[in-house]
Amino acid sequence: MSAALLIRRAGPGMSVQDQGRPGYLSQGLSRGGAADPVALAEGAALLSQSPTLAALEMTGMGGEFQALTDLRIALTGAEMRVTLDGSPLVWNASHMVPKGAVLSIGSAQNGTYGYLHIGGGIDASERLGSRAVHLSAGLGALSQTGDVLTAGPDPVGQVGRILPPEPRFGGGVIRVLASLQTALFSDAVLARFQATEFHRDHRGNRMGVRMNSDGEGFLVEGGLTVLSEVIVPGDIQITGDGAPFVLMSECQTTGGYPRIGTVLPCDLPKVAQALPGASLRFRFVDTDTALEAETRARNTLAGLRRRVQPMIRDPRDMPDLLSYQLISGMIAGDEE
Amino acid sequence: MTETTDIIWPCIRSVGFDGLLVSFGDRLSEPANRAALAYRAAVERAGLSGIEETSTSLVSCFVRFDPLGTDATDLRADLSALLAGQDWYAAPMPEGRRLWHVPTVWGTDLAPQLEEAAQAAGLSVDAAVAMLSTTRVRVQTIGFAPGQPYLGQLPECWNIPRQQALTSRIPEGALAVAIRQMVLFSVATPTGWRHVGQTAIKLFRPDSDMPFVLRPGDEVLFPQITREAYENMVKSGPDGGATFEVIR
Repeated sequence: MSAALLIRRAGPGMSVQDQGRPGYLSQGLSRGGAADPVALAEGAALLSQSPTLAALEMTGMGGEFQALTDLRIALTGAEMRVTLDGSPLVWNASHMVPKGAVLSIGSAQNGTYGYLHIGGGIDASERLGSRAVHLSAGLGALSQTGDVLTAGPDPVGQVGRILPPEPRFGGGVIRVLASLQTALFSDAVLARFQATEFHRDHRGNRMGVRMNSDGEGFLVEGGLTVLSEVIVPGDIQITGDGAPFVLMSECQTTGGYPRIGTVLPCDLPKVAQALPGASLRFRFVDTDTALEAETRARNTLAGLRRRVQPMIRDPRDMPDLLSYQLISGMIAGDEE
Repeated sequence: MTETTDIIWPCIRSVGFDGLLVSFGDRLSEPANRAALAYRAAVERAGLSGIEETSTSLVSCFVRFDPLGTDATDLRADLSALLAGQDWYAAPMPEGRRLWHVPTVWGTDLAPQLEEAAQAAGLSVDAAVAMLSTTRVRVQTIGFAPGQPYLGQLPECWNIPRQQALTSRIPEGALAVAIRQMVLFSVATPTGWRHVGQTAIKLFRPDSDMPFVLRPGDEVLFPQITREAYENMVKSGPDGGATFEVIR
């Protein structure tokens, strides 16, 4: 029997995600896939498996799970409070979950999207070449209480590995490329756009994230009659009230609201992970800078496996510390 | 940053990090729409190296590539050379086009913005319905949502802007209008377009052999039906009463 995990209590925004389904732009279907692809790659590295496998994306908070078989898991993305049968687990690490054990994942601490990976990946059925739920297209649905996540074959046995997360939490500076409609905006508006401190609105989702700011919006003359044109994830759309929306993985494929620029793909996880209220600033960069940043980001992802380390238990993570015979020499402090 | 001079069409511009857009105009016209469709077909046939995916929007062909594996300058040159090869504005429409009849309830509580849209177009509600239900519109592109057509072109009086504020949810099968075009929604979504008609057709069928029903170049009529007839069509299956014939 394949490994399986029961969702005993589903959080409000949990869905199965992988790298999405590229190739359907001409049919109006955006690629979709994990809101934070870096987390997907980190989970794959921790479990020594393919980054194309599917994981469970959890928005804002997790849920309660019970292992129906022994299975390996990894936890990545926004750090959430997590316990296994009541004992805390380390985030951005891989763990063994024995059959019957209860995994409890609470609210996110430093970001929006947390990920639960299973050894062998979640073996949901593929539709149009991907397992990713695409909510706005009506492909699949949010995971519900009572769902069972079955795993694919998992030939690897290794757990107890940890990976320092790539820094992408807490907002900050987001690099932006000029795009075909950037020139519709005046230099003054573009300058003000870059000088403005934005705060992520609480209404963000997998399609887009609204950015709030004090002061006037970023409207452009004639902006409501622009011809609909192609949209790519990362495009910053200025809707009718002047507020920027950063379009995310599940965005529409065309649209008529003018776009002031496009967030670099490697900075998009920062936007996705920013907590409601987090502060962000946008800065235009040139093509060479973008190429350099994207090359570095791709190399980082390719090198993740080499950065995975054995977990060394930190006494601060050991709530049952007093139950260990510390004096007897049974614990040297460097055990896995 | 702003380098707007008078653009000479067609032109090639970059889109985000990994896209190039070959545009045949900045406003919708039939020749520019045909040019975009024909040029995309030619790009696909040419099999240029480094291209990962192509699509069309109303008057443009979009090309997605991997800038870390392919020099954008080289790809631009290839696309330019292809562009210079023929008069794309004179290209014929795609083969195998179809004329669809999609039964539609105009207005009522199913499509609550008919009155407002008619007013914006300077027409009475009756005149608006008469015009919209008999104008044969063409699928100019599929986009926004899976299988969803932009349809045009409507008479000049329908050159009405989108709404300032988004409608938070327009249902599947909704027919909405703005800037001399209609959109027939394939999924429920927020929109800035005004909801003037409601149909029962499902345009995105992910588990069927033909997940995407309409194709660019197809033409569509939206004949008026009663609320009662609509309710029956909703129950009749994914076509929702729609039929088509091949255009010869």
